[in-house]
Amino acid sequence: MPDERVTVRTESDIVVARQLGRALASRLGFSATDLTLVATAISEVARNIVAYAKSGEIVVSLADDGSRQGIRIMANDEGPGIRDIAQAMQPGYSSSDSLGLGLPGTRRMMDEFQISSDVGKGTRITMTKWKP
Amino acid sequence: MEVPILKQGDYLIASIQSALTDADLLRLRDELAERVGRFRSRGVIVDVTVLDVMDSFASRTLSAIAHMTKLRGAETVIVGIQPEVAFAMVQLGLTLAGVETALDLEEGLAFLERKTKRAGNRAG
Repeated sequence: MPDERVTVRTESDIVVARQLGRALASRLGFSATDLTLVATAISEVARNIVAYAKSGEIVVSLADDGSRQGIRIMANDEGPGIRDIAQAMQPGYSSSDSLGLGLPGTRRMMDEFQISSDVGKGTRITMTKWKP
Repeated sequence: MEVPILKQGDYLIASIQSALTDADLLRLRDELAERVGRFRSRGVIVDVTVLDVMDSFASRTLSAIAHMTKLRGAETVIVGIQPEVAFAMVQLGLTLAGVETALDLEEGLAFLERKTKRAGNRAG
Protein backbone atom coordinates (compact mmCIF):
# COMPACT_ATOMS: atom_id res chain seq x y z
CA MET A 1 0.00 0.00 0.00
CA PRO A 2 1.59 3.29 -1.04
CA ASP A 3 1.98 6.18 1.39
CA GLU A 4 -0.62 8.86 1.10
CA ARG A 5 0.21 12.46 1.86
CA VAL A 6 -1.64 15.69 2.41
CA THR A 7 -0.10 19.12 2.44
CA VAL A 8 -1.42 20.98 5.45
CA ARG A 9 -1.61 24.75 5.16
CA THR A 10 -5.13 25.83 6.02
CA GLU A 11 -7.74 24.62 8.45
CA SER A 12 -9.69 22.92 5.66
CA ASP A 13 -6.67 20.66 5.06
CA ILE A 14 -7.21 19.35 8.61
CA VAL A 15 -10.49 17.78 7.48
CA VAL A 16 -8.87 16.33 4.34
CA ALA A 17 -6.01 14.80 6.37
CA ARG A 18 -8.24 13.11 8.92
CA GLN A 19 -10.59 11.75 6.25
CA LEU A 20 -7.61 10.28 4.41
CA GLY A 21 -6.39 8.60 7.60
CA ARG A 22 -9.84 7.26 8.40
CA ALA A 23 -10.18 5.82 4.88
CA LEU A 24 -6.84 4.00 5.10
CA ALA A 25 -7.58 2.71 8.61
CA SER A 26 -10.97 1.54 7.39
CA ARG A 27 -9.36 -0.42 4.53
CA LEU A 28 -7.11 -2.07 7.12
CA GLY A 29 -10.19 -3.25 9.01
CA PHE A 30 -9.96 -1.16 12.19
CA SER A 31 -13.02 -1.01 14.46
CA ALA A 32 -15.32 2.03 14.40
CA THR A 33 -13.86 3.15 17.74
CA ASP A 34 -10.29 2.92 16.48
CA LEU A 35 -11.19 4.74 13.23
CA THR A 36 -12.48 7.61 15.31
CA LEU A 37 -9.38 7.64 17.53
CA VAL A 38 -7.10 7.68 14.47
CA ALA A 39 -9.09 10.45 12.76
CA THR A 40 -9.19 12.54 15.94
CA ALA A 41 -5.45 12.12 16.54
CA ILE A 42 -4.73 13.23 12.95
CA SER A 43 -7.00 16.21 13.44
CA GLU A 44 -5.00 17.33 16.48
CA VAL A 45 -1.53 17.01 14.93
CA ALA A 46 -2.72 18.65 11.70
CA ARG A 47 -4.14 21.46 13.84
CA ASN A 48 -0.73 21.97 15.42
CA ILE A 49 0.82 22.37 11.97
CA VAL A 50 -1.71 25.03 10.95
CA ALA A 51 -1.44 26.82 14.31
CA TYR A 52 2.34 26.88 14.69
CA ALA A 53 4.14 25.98 11.49
CA LYS A 54 1.74 27.43 8.90
CA SER A 55 2.67 24.65 6.53
CA GLY A 56 3.57 20.99 6.75
CA GLU A 57 2.62 17.53 5.68
CA ILE A 58 0.71 14.54 6.98
CA VAL A 59 1.75 11.14 5.65
CA VAL A 60 -0.32 8.06 6.39
CA SER A 61 1.02 4.61 5.65
CA LEU A 62 0.71 0.96 6.47
CA ALA A 63 2.69 -0.18 9.49
CA ASP A 64 3.82 -3.79 9.67
CA ASP A 65 6.18 -5.24 12.28
CA GLY A 66 5.99 -8.80 10.97
CA SER A 67 3.32 -9.99 13.40
CA ARG A 68 0.70 -7.27 13.16
CA GLN A 69 -0.51 -4.47 10.96
CA GLY A 70 -1.47 -0.96 11.75
CA ILE A 71 -1.54 2.58 10.53
CA ARG A 72 1.34 4.99 10.87
CA ILE A 73 0.88 8.72 10.74
CA MET A 74 3.72 11.17 10.29
CA ALA A 75 3.23 14.88 10.78
CA ASN A 76 6.19 16.93 9.61
CA ASP A 77 6.63 20.65 9.46
CA GLU A 78 9.38 23.18 9.05
CA GLY A 79 7.94 25.56 11.60
CA PRO A 80 9.60 27.18 14.63
CA GLY A 81 9.95 23.88 16.49
CA ILE A 82 9.19 23.15 20.13
CA ARG A 83 11.77 24.41 22.63
CA ASP A 84 10.70 22.17 25.52
CA ILE A 85 9.12 18.91 24.37
CA ALA A 86 8.84 17.55 27.93
CA GLN A 87 6.72 20.58 28.83
CA ALA A 88 4.62 20.30 25.66
CA MET A 89 3.83 16.69 26.63
CA GLN A 90 2.57 17.70 30.09
CA PRO A 91 -1.18 17.14 30.46
CA GLY A 92 -3.05 20.39 30.06
CA TYR A 93 -0.14 22.21 28.49
CA SER A 94 -0.96 24.54 25.64
CA SER A 95 0.74 27.66 24.45
CA SER A 96 -1.95 28.67 22.00
CA ASP A 97 -5.70 28.95 22.09
CA SER A 98 -6.02 26.94 18.91
CA LEU A 99 -4.02 24.01 20.22
CA GLY A 100 -6.46 22.86 22.86
CA LEU A 101 -5.21 20.02 25.00
CA GLY A 102 -2.71 19.17 22.37
CA LEU A 103 -0.19 16.43 22.40
CA PRO A 104 -0.69 14.49 25.66
CA GLY A 105 -4.30 13.68 24.70
CA THR A 106 -3.22 12.71 21.19
CA ARG A 107 -0.61 10.35 22.61
CA ARG A 108 -3.31 8.66 24.73
CA MET A 109 -5.32 7.87 21.60
CA MET A 110 -2.48 6.08 19.81
CA ASP A 111 -0.35 3.02 20.66
CA GLU A 112 2.99 4.62 19.83
CA PHE A 113 3.93 8.25 19.72
CA GLN A 114 7.32 9.82 19.00
CA ILE A 115 8.10 13.47 18.70
CA SER A 116 11.29 15.27 17.85
CA SER A 117 11.84 18.91 17.24
CA ASP A 118 14.66 21.30 16.36
CA VAL A 119 14.12 24.92 17.23
CA GLY A 120 14.10 26.94 14.03
CA LYS A 121 13.91 23.82 11.86
CA GLY A 122 10.65 22.06 12.57
CA THR A 123 8.83 19.26 14.31
CA ARG A 124 8.29 15.62 13.39
CA ILE A 125 5.66 13.44 14.99
CA THR A 126 5.32 9.75 14.21
CA MET A 127 2.43 7.83 15.73
CA THR A 128 1.12 4.33 15.20
CA LYS A 129 -2.09 2.50 15.94
CA TRP A 130 -1.86 -1.30 15.78
CA LYS A 131 -4.74 -3.51 14.83
CA PRO A 132 -5.63 -5.66 17.82
CA MET B 1 -20.49 23.86 4.34
CA GLU B 2 -23.18 25.94 6.01
CA VAL B 3 -25.21 24.44 8.83
CA PRO B 4 -28.96 24.90 8.35
CA ILE B 5 -30.65 26.47 11.36
CA LEU B 6 -34.35 25.71 11.75
CA LYS B 7 -36.65 27.83 13.86
CA GLN B 8 -39.24 25.76 15.65
CA GLY B 9 -41.41 27.74 18.05
CA ASP B 10 -39.21 29.04 20.85
CA TYR B 11 -36.26 26.92 19.75
CA LEU B 12 -33.53 26.95 17.15
CA ILE B 13 -32.33 23.63 15.78
CA ALA B 14 -28.93 23.53 14.09
CA SER B 15 -28.58 20.27 12.26
CA ILE B 16 -25.01 19.57 11.16
CA GLN B 17 -25.05 17.78 7.79
CA SER B 18 -21.39 16.94 7.12
CA ALA B 19 -17.84 17.31 8.41
CA LEU B 20 -17.20 20.91 9.39
CA THR B 21 -14.09 23.01 9.03
CA ASP B 22 -13.08 25.39 11.81
CA ALA B 23 -14.49 28.29 9.78
CA ASP B 24 -17.86 26.50 9.45
CA LEU B 25 -17.98 26.01 13.22
CA LEU B 26 -17.20 29.66 13.93
CA ARG B 27 -19.89 30.74 11.46
CA LEU B 28 -22.39 28.48 13.23
CA ARG B 29 -21.44 30.03 16.57
CA ASP B 30 -21.95 33.57 15.28
CA GLU B 31 -25.19 32.72 13.47
CA LEU B 32 -26.70 31.14 16.58
CA ALA B 33 -25.73 34.03 18.84
CA GLU B 34 -27.35 36.43 16.39
CA ARG B 35 -30.52 34.42 15.75
CA VAL B 36 -31.23 33.83 19.42
CA GLY B 37 -31.76 37.58 19.60
CA ARG B 38 -33.57 37.96 16.28
CA PHE B 39 -36.11 35.21 17.04
CA ARG B 40 -36.13 35.70 20.83
CA SER B 41 -35.38 31.98 21.17
CA ARG B 42 -35.44 30.28 24.56
CA GLY B 43 -33.55 27.18 23.56
CA VAL B 44 -30.99 25.91 21.03
CA ILE B 45 -30.30 22.36 19.91
CA VAL B 46 -27.10 21.53 18.05
CA ASP B 47 -27.38 18.10 16.46
CA VAL B 48 -23.91 16.58 15.92
CA THR B 49 -25.10 13.07 14.99
CA VAL B 50 -23.19 13.05 11.68
CA LEU B 51 -19.88 14.28 13.13
CA ASP B 52 -17.33 11.46 13.10
CA VAL B 53 -14.64 13.56 14.79
CA MET B 54 -14.93 15.96 17.68
CA ASP B 55 -11.48 17.39 18.22
CA SER B 56 -10.32 20.08 20.64
CA PHE B 57 -11.43 22.93 18.40
CA ALA B 58 -14.92 21.54 17.72
CA SER B 59 -15.37 20.81 21.40
CA ARG B 60 -14.25 24.26 22.44
CA THR B 61 -16.50 25.91 19.86
CA LEU B 62 -19.57 23.95 20.99
CA SER B 63 -18.76 25.00 24.53
CA ALA B 64 -18.54 28.60 23.40
CA ILE B 65 -21.91 28.30 21.64
CA ALA B 66 -23.53 26.98 24.81
CA HIS B 67 -22.07 29.72 27.00
CA MET B 68 -22.70 32.56 24.53
CA THR B 69 -26.35 31.64 24.00
CA LYS B 70 -26.75 31.30 27.77
CA LEU B 71 -25.54 34.87 28.14
CA ARG B 72 -28.17 35.81 25.54
CA GLY B 73 -30.87 34.12 27.62
CA ALA B 74 -31.23 30.79 25.81
CA GLU B 75 -30.41 27.23 26.89
CA THR B 76 -28.31 25.11 24.53
CA VAL B 77 -28.22 21.35 24.40
CA ILE B 78 -25.83 19.31 22.24
CA VAL B 79 -27.42 16.12 20.93
CA GLY B 80 -26.26 13.06 19.04
CA ILE B 81 -22.64 12.56 20.11
CA GLN B 82 -21.86 9.09 18.78
CA PRO B 83 -20.42 6.44 21.12
CA GLU B 84 -17.04 6.25 19.33
CA VAL B 85 -16.83 10.03 19.31
CA ALA B 86 -17.60 10.16 23.03
CA PHE B 87 -14.84 7.61 23.66
CA ALA B 88 -12.29 9.59 21.63
CA MET B 89 -13.29 12.81 23.42
CA VAL B 90 -12.68 11.24 26.82
CA GLN B 91 -9.29 9.91 25.67
CA LEU B 92 -8.40 13.38 24.47
CA GLY B 93 -9.58 14.90 27.76
CA LEU B 94 -12.57 16.76 26.31
CA THR B 95 -15.58 16.61 28.61
CA LEU B 96 -17.73 19.58 27.51
CA ALA B 97 -17.92 20.56 31.18
CA GLY B 98 -20.88 22.80 31.95
CA VAL B 99 -22.57 22.02 28.62
CA GLU B 100 -25.92 20.22 28.49
CA THR B 101 -26.06 17.13 26.29
CA ALA B 102 -28.79 14.68 25.34
CA LEU B 103 -28.90 11.38 23.50
CA ASP B 104 -30.78 12.59 20.43
CA LEU B 105 -33.07 15.28 19.06
CA GLU B 106 -36.11 13.91 20.87
CA GLU B 107 -34.36 13.90 24.24
CA GLY B 108 -32.94 17.34 23.52
CA LEU B 109 -36.41 18.77 22.87
CA ALA B 110 -37.74 17.13 26.04
CA PHE B 111 -34.85 18.68 27.98
CA LEU B 112 -35.59 22.16 26.64
CA GLU B 113 -39.30 21.75 27.40
CA ARG B 114 -38.48 21.00 31.04
CA LYS B 115 -35.87 23.71 31.29
CA THR B 116 -37.64 26.60 29.57
CA LYS B 117 -41.21 25.94 30.71
CA ARG B 118 -40.36 25.78 34.42
CA ALA B 119 -40.83 29.51 35.02
CA GLY B 120 -44.27 29.35 33.38
CA ASN B 121 -45.33 26.42 35.53
CA ARG B 122 -44.32 28.23 38.69
CA ALA B 123 -46.43 31.24 37.70
CA GLY B 124 -49.39 29.06 36.80
